[in-house]
Parts: sequence; structure tokens; C-alpha cells
Amino acid sequence: MRGFLATMFGVWLAFAGPALAVNPDEMLKDPALEARARHLSAQLRCMVCQNQSIDDSNAELARDLRVLVRERIVKGDSDDDVMRYLVSRYGDFVLLKPRLTPETVILWTAPGALLLIGAGAAFAYTRRRKSLAGSEPLSPEEEVRLKRLLEE
Amino acid sequence: MIIELGHYALVLALAAALLLSVLPVVGARRGDLALMQTAVSGTYALFGLVLLAFGVLAYAYVVSDFSLLIAYQNSHSLMPAVYRFSAVWGNHEGSMMLWLLILTLFSALVALFGTNLPDRLKANVLGVQAWISTAFILFILVTSNPFIRLNPAPAEGQDLNPVLQDPGLAIHPPLLYLGYVGFSVCFSFAIAALIDGRIDAAWARWVRPWTLAAWTFLTAGIAMGSYWAYYELGWGGWWFWDPVENASFMPWLAGTALLHSALVMEKRDALKIWTVLLAILTFSLSLLGTFLVRSGVLTSVHAFATDPSRGIFILAILTIFIGGALTLFMLRAPGLKAGGLFQPISREGALVLNNLILTVSTATVLIGTLYPLLLETLTGDKISVGPPFFNLTFGLLMIPLILAVPFGPMMAWKRGDLLGALQRLYAAAGLAFLAGLALYYFENGGPVLSVLGLAAGFFLIFGALADLVYRAGFGKQTTGIAFRRLKGLPRSAFGTALAHLGLGVTVLGIVAVTTFQSEMVAEMKPGQTVEAGGFALTFDGLKSAKGPNYTEDRGHFTIRRGGVAQGDVWSSKRLYTARRMPTTEAGIRSFGLSQLYVSLGDPMADGGMVVRIWWKPWILCIWGGALVMMVGGFISLSDRRLRVGAPNRKLKAATSPAQGLEAAE
Repeated sequence: MRGFLATMFGVWLAFAGPALAVNPDEMLKDPALEARARHLSAQLRCMVCQNQSIDDSNAELARDLRVLVRERIVKGDSDDDVMRYLVSRYGDFVLLKPRLTPETVILWTAPGALLLIGAGAAFAYTRRRKSLAGSEPLSPEEEVRLKRLLEE
Repeated sequence: MIIELGHYALVLALAAALLLSVLPVVGARRGDLALMQTAVSGTYALFGLVLLAFGVLAYAYVVSDFSLLIAYQNSHSLMPAVYRFSAVWGNHEGSMMLWLLILTLFSALVALFGTNLPDRLKANVLGVQAWISTAFILFILVTSNPFIRLNPAPAEGQDLNPVLQDPGLAIHPPLLYLGYVGFSVCFSFAIAALIDGRIDAAWARWVRPWTLAAWTFLTAGIAMGSYWAYYELGWGGWWFWDPVENASFMPWLAGTALLHSALVMEKRDALKIWTVLLAILTFSLSLLGTFLVRSGVLTSVHAFATDPSRGIFILAILTIFIGGALTLFMLRAPGLKAGGLFQPISREGALVLNNLILTVSTATVLIGTLYPLLLETLTGDKISVGPPFFNLTFGLLMIPLILAVPFGPMMAWKRGDLLGALQRLYAAAGLAFLAGLALYYFENGGPVLSVLGLAAGFFLIFGALADLVYRAGFGKQTTGIAFRRLKGLPRSAFGTALAHLGLGVTVLGIVAVTTFQSEMVAEMKPGQTVEAGGFALTFDGLKSAKGPNYTEDRGHFTIRRGGVAQGDVWSSKRLYTARRMPTTEAGIRSFGLSQLYVSLGDPMADGGMVVRIWWKPWILCIWGGALVMMVGGFISLSDRRLRVGAPNRKLKAATSPAQGLEAAE
């Protein structure tokens, strides 16, 4: 019962509250750098929240990460550098778009593979049905009917 | 006392469901008509008992009887009456009761409208519905009993989660469940057909209206949920690829595929086995969605229940129903005779392509949703699969689908003419490109490639209209005749066109808002003005106000464009007194189909406020398109052909107004 309420409160904190993320004091002066920071923030997970990027979250940790991303950008890191740095600190969990690794091969290849398999199966199905229909010989009754029709 | 009555009604309902699970099915096996006929009255009784139990819960909430544990936990006597009522399903136990109520409602509707169903089929269908009811009543009674009472009764409730105190809660879950659970009827029909080992075009004719109804409600439910999240959560997002959203989106995708494959089966007696499998899979995804939301395996912003014992129970239900259905399918499917032949380039071929892409999209969403869970279970490694993944993979899959949609209705059955369809759609494609270009210039901004996205949306819209134009024979006949023929087209033709057109409107809204939206974050003091989305917003200051169970600070903004006043907007921050929880109530002002979205942030030390302003161009198209799809669904549903008990096709063809007209000419 209290656990339930606590969970609810946690859920509540995660998604309601003043659900505002980037504050003006965090923002970079250079609009180009700030745009890069926003773009990266949208791809980073707020790890204490539930399915929120650090760009959307108002949690303390999200704020820290936003500031960190901006620090790295100001130091001259490329986008890839920033992401690598964050993964080295927080693990793959921080990435909302998982990298292609042996562990995520199935995840990334499944849509294409399924599409190919499905298309292949559908193609084979129509081909097989067609050949079945074409190769089926006439039954004796049909032969008789055909003959009669031709004679008429 | 009244609450015990409800409790008792639910226990009786369990007994009724158990009987109903056995008697009609046994009757159908033995050919015993009397046993088979118990299905109808039994189904009504079951629905009546569940309705009584649900009514008791609702009564306890509305009169604020806090001796009921879940009313104490989730209600407050100061809440407006409509929220006291909708609070019934604003928690785990109550929402399962709503699920059950709608499930038994659908069973009762099958009993009511199924007067022309063959006795055996009807007995089996209602029997299978009762299996599902039994499982869920047991689940409710054993793990989530809503009738638990408190003694002594507390004087006041703990209030409903403030985010749920919204008209959205009154509308969104019932619509969503009508969709989710509506697919149970398709599932039951599929199982009944497999039990019987017989399936034909008539089966598809009985299944299609239920699929269509469930699909229409699910469309409405998802769209409503998306709009609710958009205005309530306060950061202007409308789709988060959240596991709970995915849970409702997967049955929608599979249901859309089912809707189309049932069409092939009904018209051409083809794709039977596939349609049956899809009917099973669609409801399985509904069950899986319930599991994902209820078990707490995927913690997400919506999951208000997290309790593993429930999870294990639902997992058992899932295993039995999905595993059992698929086993039955494997045993029986080879015995089902495959039907009509068709060329790859044909209406059937187009619908197969539709099914292929929709099924793969469903699988993609499913894999993406479950992958982190499976990986963590197997290896202990934690990864996240979020919006960037889904936008990329799902987006890529949608491109060929969107481009193919206008071609489908233009193709003839059995053997189609792709070149002919291309010629017919030439004008629509050209116009769509021009419209996309025009919109891009008009909105002025964003990557050039988005012109193609906008054009794709317009192509769906113009393609759907072109289909109607060609069917009516505009250009070939005199305009008068064409209009008469247009009026004579079957309603399902309009339904199809509207559904496809609505999809186009949604696509247009998604592309436009993604491309053209702009955001402004500023620290504002009263009297200050900022520019956002081509508007000038002046912050006039904060005002305190008091609601029935909350206090709020309301910020007032005056909107000007080019110096001309365009109205004003209030945006507020609320504090719900019972739970001491803050919420933001975004201020939203519509300009045509676009919206200005104003959200208040934290107060600054120097008396300023952080204010966030979004300009969301064309955003209303996203939900407007869903509304059009829904209207299309209902129009199709009102078609004679789909009406249960409608005369057979030959009769219809002879009296069809379009044909009558042609004959009269």
C-alpha cells in the first residue's frame, strides 16, 4: 500500500511537476552550439526518469547531464565525442538510440529481415498457387464437357 | 452493504462465466441445440452481473464512500462529480473492471446482433468470449479485488492523481478499451472457426464489422490519448513511443492489417489462413498490452500499477490464451482450404503489401519495446530503445506504405493494371507535389527534404479523392450523371476514401509540425514581451486563483502579430492541496489548425518566470486526421453490406443504386 503510493509519487514526479526542461541559465550563447546541444539532449535518456530524454525532463540528473553536454560542446568535442564520453560514463543505457553492437544486431536487423522474409513468402505463395492452378489437369468429367462444348 | 452486493455480483459473474465456458461449447460438439442456446441468455446474465458490480463501484465513488479502499485511495469528496465518476478507472483495480465490463458488453452485443449466425458458430464464439471473461474475473477477484473495505471508514479520500483529473480520463480509457477489447470478438470468431474446422467468406463477413468497430474506437482512443498527453504533460509532445503507447499502437497496426485482409477474404475467399492468424495475433497484442501496462515489467510514465504477482497471473493468462490459440491454429490451419487466385499486381496483391508492411511495423514496435527487457533478462546489460530508434525504423517502413495506399483502391481484383492506376494518379501526385512546395514556401523554413514528406501527405489526400472521382466517372460522364453515380456509391467506398484521406491529414500534420515548429525559452518579468513563432507575447503578470481542490497561479499573456492584438492566453501552475502536488496547465491558443502553446516554468529569484512558448504549425491535423479516419470507419460500418443480417451480395447488386442508374440510362 505505501509502496504503491510511493511508486505513484515517483511516477508523478517523473512526468508531471513543472515539466520544463532547459532553463535559460543553462543555454549557450551561440545558437549553433545550443542547437547541437538540444539535438544531442533529445537522444540521451534521463536515467532516473521513465522514458524521458534529458531534453524533456526536469529532474536534477537531467539538468546535470544537459550542463555536461554543453560543457563538452564548448570544449570543442564533436557530437560523436560527446556521445562516446557519456556512454563511457553512464553505459549504453543513456542512449535512446542504441548503437549497433553484437547485442543489438537482432534489434537493428529484424525490421529489414522480416520485410525480406515476408516479401519472399508472399512471392513464393503467389508463384506456387499459380503453378498449382496451371498444372492441374482436367478431370474426366471436365474433358467430356469441353468436348461437348467444342462440338456444339 | 451495497458494496458487498457488488462483490457478490462479481462472484456470481464468475460462476456464470464458468458455466458459459462449458455448456455452449459442449452443445456445439454434441449438436445439442438446447445447450447451445444457453449461450445467449447466459451472456446477457453475465453482462448484467458485471454491470451491477461496476455500477456499485461507480456509486461508491460518486457518493464518496471512503469505506471502499480504492475510493479512499483515488478519490476526494471535493472533486467535481464527473471526475469522481471517471476516477473509478483511474487506478488498476477499477480499470480492470472497466476492461471486463467492455468485454462482457461485446459478448452481449454478439448475442444481440448475431441472430443470423449459425447456431454452432454462435455457441462457440460466445463460449470463447466466456473463457476470456472467466480469466479476467478470476484475475480481478484473486489479485486485484476492487471491493476491499476499510473499517473504520476514513473521513476523506486521498484524492486522484491530479494529472488524471481531466476530461481526458473520462473519455480516453473507455474508447481505448472499446478498441482493445473489441478485437476479442475477432479472436473468438477465429477460435470458433478453428474448433469447427470450417471457415468461409461468410465468416469474414461476420468478422469484418467487429474489426471495423474495434478499429474505429481504438483509433479514437489513441488519438484522444495523444491529445491529452499533449496538453496535460506541458512540454508539447504528442507521441513519446512510450511502452504503454506502443501497447495500444500494436493492436491498432495489426487491426488495420486485419481490416484489410478480411476484405480480401470476404470478396475473394483468399488469404483465409492468414486472416485467422491475424485475428488471433491482434487480440494477443491487446492482451500483451494489458500485461505490459499492468504487470509493471516496463516501468513507464503511464503504469500506475506495479505488482509482480499480478504480472505472473497475467503472464499465465497470456500463455494459455496466446499459446493455446496458436497451437490450435497449427493443428487446424493445414486443413483449411485456400481460396481464390490472384496475380501479384491486383487489389489482392496491394492488400498483401499493406499486410506485409503493417505486420513488419507491428513486429518492429514489438521488438523495440521488449528488446531492453529481454536483453536485461538474458545478459544483465541495460540498454534503452527510445524515440530516435522508432522514428528511424518505423518511419522508413511507413514511406512505401504511404506511397502505395492510393494505388490499392485503384486496382482491380484478381488482375490489376498498375500503369492504368499510375495514369489515374498522375494528376494527384503532381498536385500533391505542388501543394507540398506551396506549403513549404508559405511556412518558410526547415529542411528542403520535408517538401517530399508534405507531398506524401497531400498525395494520400488527393489519391483518396481521385478514387472517388474515377468511381463516379467524372470526366467520362456528364457532370450530372457523375454526381448521381457518386451519390450511389456504396458507403464503404466513402469509408475507405475518408480513412485514407484522414491518414493523409495526419501525415501532413506530423511532417509539418516536426519541420516547422519553433520553440522559445525565456525568462520573463511582468510587462516584458518576447517574439515566438511570428507572434509577440506580452507577459502581463501572475494572478492567484482557487479551484475546488487546488490553488493555482495563472499567468496572463497578450498575443500580438504585427502590432495587432490576436487575443490572449492563460497558462497556469496548479497545486493540488490533498496530495501537495504541482501540475502545469499549458495555455493553448489555436490559430486555424496551428497552435501557440505556452507553459510556465520555475519562478526566478529576481521575480521573473521561466516561460516556454512553442509555435506548433498544423498540429491539429494530427488529431483531425484521426477524426476523419474515425468518421470513415463509422460510415463504412453503416454500409448495408456490413450490417449484420444484410441480404446477400446478389440481392444487393441488383438493388444497388449505382447499378440501377446505369440500367436506367
